Amino acid sequence: MIHDFGIVWSERALLLSGLANTAILSALSAVAALVLGCGLAPALMSKQPALLWTARFFVDGMRCVPFLLFAYIVYYGFPTFGVRLDNWTTGLAALSIYNAAYMAEILRGAWVAQPREPIEAGIAFGFSEIRLFRRIILPPLLLSAGPVIGNQMIQIIKDSAFLTIIALPELTHAASSIQSRHYVPFAAFITAVFLYWGLCLVIEAGVTSIGRLADARR
Amino acid sequence: MAASSKVLDVAGVSKRFGDLEVLSDVSFTVDKSETICVLGPSGSGKSTLLRCINWLEQPDAGQIYLNGARVGINSSGTVMNDRDLSQIRTRIGMVFQHFALWPHLTVLQNLMEAPVQVQRRPKAEVRDEALALLAKVGLSEKRDAFPAKLSGGQKQRVGIARALAMRPDLLLFDEPTSALDPELVGEVLVVMRDLAREGMTMVIVTHEMGFARDAATRVLFMDRGRAVETGSPEQFFSNPETERAQQFLQRYAGDTAARR
Repeated sequence: MIHDFGIVWSERALLLSGLANTAILSALSAVAALVLGCGLAPALMSKQPALLWTARFFVDGMRCVPFLLFAYIVYYGFPTFGVRLDNWTTGLAALSIYNAAYMAEILRGAWVAQPREPIEAGIAFGFSEIRLFRRIILPPLLLSAGPVIGNQMIQIIKDSAFLTIIALPELTHAASSIQSRHYVPFAAFITAVFLYWGLCLVIEAGVTSIGRLADARR
Repeated sequence: MAASSKVLDVAGVSKRFGDLEVLSDVSFTVDKSETICVLGPSGSGKSTLLRCINWLEQPDAGQIYLNGARVGINSSGTVMNDRDLSQIRTRIGMVFQHFALWPHLTVLQNLMEAPVQVQRRPKAEVRDEALALLAKVGLSEKRDAFPAKLSGGQKQRVGIARALAMRPDLLLFDEPTSALDPELVGEVLVVMRDLAREGMTMVIVTHEMGFARDAATRVLFMDRGRAVETGSPEQFFSNPETERAQQFLQRYAGDTAARR
């Protein structure tokens, strides 16, 4: 057993590059998903039926598709529409678009639970449209939804493992290569699990510091 | 009275929510430096009237003019877009019953937010003015606190300072002391009295009869969506014209006596 971990250790460069890919991919798509979600949330709260239903359709659609299938669809589907992206970009796009739906829904839920008066004060003080959303509505949403957003970011990290199926060289892909090369499945995968866990701890730390910001304002 | 001194002109405003007529044909004017207290039983349409003035509620009929300019409707007769409405709203300050401070911003940031972000005034100038306003409402030492850490009375004083920071032509107060514990009402009324004395133009919806009696220049009594009676506080409180107002004041005197 110790010997197996020794083999994994000898392949640490491969694992670390997989970890780096997972970390960068997750970070970029978390930011992209959150930004897209911030853009979608007002549409989910819109009074214009066309906008509302388009956003609703997208969000509900995404949430009902398994990510693995969605990744396949993006990987095989984009080229048929003439969009050619490398594996890495395809993976990033799939993760971002898919999780944007969740982020939007999280923000919508937090929005509905917000007291109405501060937003109304924003309107009374001359804020409107994008400025109202960006300056008055969004900041309290991000603070109150912080823990749930963090949770979704952990989900993004875990979803990124599926991208091994489009041969994106992320952490699961690296662990998988090591096990097939050396027949050390347990050692390779358990090492990967601990590395994923480490990434999640970073997110947890981020959530804790956002929680502290929110507590100061509660 | 010169027409130029008229800050607010509400003419025949009506508003219904479904089957319920909340305001029917309400008209009144406010001259510069006047303090108008709007009195009346709960559900008489006082808050809705206030919210129609800055178009938080869109009136179904009637006109509202701020310094002679129509609020909410363009010269072409169509409803204003958000941008034009925002422009007008920055000239009308509003103080809310439940304070409605922005929870993610400090006290000082609450004061500076609209002047900097909406009015686009220079930050340094706004900051100096905001600090002066905080000193005026006695909250200089709370400038870096978040609203959640303040008492109700302190929150409302910040609410008033926030409205003043926009240098409004008119201040609207929507039951500013109704959500406060009785012992905190006084500190807010002191600030409002000072503003009245300084000649701020104000429309105040309130249940504080004592305040209305000695700080208002005029009282507007509302009942069931109508402006029933208007006059000086002396006249209204000692010799109300309408039966509705008499009943209202009697009930109030009874309540006050009972509380003592």
